Amino acid sequence: MKSWWFTEDCYPHLPDESTYRSIRVDLPNEHCDPEVAHDLYNRYLDLWCACDEIGLGIMLNEHHQTATCMVPAAPIMLGILARQTSKSRLLILGNPLPNRNQPVRVAEEMALVDVISKGRVECGFVRSVPYEAAAANILPYKGSERMWEAHDLIMKAWTTHDGPFNFEGKYYHHRQVNIWPRPYQQPHPPVWITMGSAGSAVPVAQHKHVGAVFLAGYPRIRSVYDGYRQAYLDAHGTHAPLDRLAYLGLCYIGENDREAEEGARKLLWYMEANKVPPEWSNPPGYHPPPVSAQVMRGVTGSGVPTNPTLEEQMARGNVFAGTPDQVFEQIKSFWEYSGGFGHMLMMGQAGFLSDADALKSMKLYKSEVEPRLIELAKNADPAELWEKSKAMPIKEGVDLGNFGVEFVR
Amino acid sequence: MKLQGQEIDVVRKGSGQPLVLLHGGGGPIASMPFADKLAEKFEIIAPTHPGFAGSKIPDHFNRIDDLVYLYLDLLDELDLNDVILMGFSMGGWTAVELATMNSTRLSKMILVDPVGVKTGGREDRDIADVFALPGEKLAELMFHDTSLAPRPADMPEDQLQIMAANRIALGVYTWDPYMHNPKLPHRLHRIKMPTHFIWGESDGIVTVDYGEKYCKLIDGATMTVIEKAGHSPQMEQPDAFVDAVFKFAG
Repeated sequence: MKSWWFTEDCYPHLPDESTYRSIRVDLPNEHCDPEVAHDLYNRYLDLWCACDEIGLGIMLNEHHQTATCMVPAAPIMLGILARQTSKSRLLILGNPLPNRNQPVRVAEEMALVDVISKGRVECGFVRSVPYEAAAANILPYKGSERMWEAHDLIMKAWTTHDGPFNFEGKYYHHRQVNIWPRPYQQPHPPVWITMGSAGSAVPVAQHKHVGAVFLAGYPRIRSVYDGYRQAYLDAHGTHAPLDRLAYLGLCYIGENDREAEEGARKLLWYMEANKVPPEWSNPPGYHPPPVSAQVMRGVTGSGVPTNPTLEEQMARGNVFAGTPDQVFEQIKSFWEYSGGFGHMLMMGQAGFLSDADALKSMKLYKSEVEPRLIELAKNADPAELWEKSKAMPIKEGVDLGNFGVEFVR
Repeated sequence: MKLQGQEIDVVRKGSGQPLVLLHGGGGPIASMPFADKLAEKFEIIAPTHPGFAGSKIPDHFNRIDDLVYLYLDLLDELDLNDVILMGFSMGGWTAVELATMNSTRLSKMILVDPVGVKTGGREDRDIADVFALPGEKLAELMFHDTSLAPRPADMPEDQLQIMAANRIALGVYTWDPYMHNPKLPHRLHRIKMPTHFIWGESDGIVTVDYGEKYCKLIDGATMTVIEKAGHSPQMEQPDAFVDAVFKFAG
């Protein structure tokens, strides 16, 4: 089991949310004070550098035109961390391929950082979220198809070493592809791809890439992971090793219930602040018509909830919070229910959570939670775990009692 | 009917001179009262653009000229001559493109609040970004009488899903460059037939001012502005709309 620490680099110092319609896409950047942003970026970089000291993997991502995530160019942050750290693996999850018009440039950027970091890049590719369509000016129709074509071009660019090749696809054309440098890791850096459904998991499994799932919780995790595991078994004749699957949740660990609850509530800013109206969450072609219709009806937005309660989010398996013992039990429960995974991705900083509090949680995780998770997964047999998970009753809408008591088992 | 290997829905009604009706981004409109009135004088031939009204978008379709070639084939297949070509909004754009390519089967063209050209500078938003507008704001720009605007919250599920699919199809054909072809103004000199613009006075998607500039780009084109109507004058003021059509083409 590997553990990765993640923050979105938010800019939380915003006016009252009743004064703006959306935190994404059209929130004027007059609300962004460059002095404040300077301090925030350096704080977040320091936290990532602390991962290198503590011994956690580093994870970062990018979004555009939003105060929820001030990183519009994750490869640049990755490049900084390649120089400022020396041990941690560097997971970028990920490059929003359908919104990048030059996949070859992505291949170059990743190869560059891989070489500088001496082969520490873990390279994620994502279709990207609906709010990015306007920011990228890219129609999200057939975004997965675009992503996979870009993926194929990047993989070939990384693994071709005998001079230029030609690529004239449906979406991308590049006649003289011959990147310098080539990646440090051979044949290429590990590839991660995010999955939102059993169907989207199939090609990820067929390529043996790491399939990552964000905040699917108990209600959806098994269908997505089962889709991956079945496709992996069908394509390769063996069970998917645990290290092919990853799960991201919000995670806060305190020394006692009160401390943990306080920290976790601060992390929930990530969900609470995500005020996004339908015109940005429902660009044409991102969602299939039935989902798009629901957003139009106003029944549901897309993405994360904006009125979460900590109890609900913990019951759902989106947030792991408590003392080290409690968090281990929560993750263990989710891990068993899901059928097992080999990468725990933690959003460990958001909103106004202080650096000291974030660091305390990271250190408690490292010293008291991670060793037990490693032990738990060490000799686990994927086939056996999968069978056991199938036998567990479907868990949904768990009612939680008091905070900090065996919530999710 | 089958065109280019795919099934295309085509509504035909009335009799008389053929009038090919190309709908806008809202979807098919040939069942509206204005079309019944037009059918008293003309034979209406109204194809549904692939992707609208629940139909499939062919895998290789992603631009207006995919529709143009489809409808050039339709004119040939039905062997239509002396055609009045009428296009609404994005269907108007389609009509103009078609007329610049091959107008031998056409005799007149009617354009209703069409998009298709850019009239202002690079930082002018000539055409409202319909994909970026809140529902209520979109309704204000679309309609003179906003009570006519669709209300997704109250719509039956199947209709709402069709509306959602129509919006996707509109995006597929018009996303980038947005709602226009930068080369089109350089091709408009090829349009020699009588051309008439009909515009809703309250249209906020493409304003009357945009319409007047567009009209000037086509030699001899004329324009009727309809009061108390927005982007769909045929819907908000069907009588005035039909009068304008008959006056020009009747």
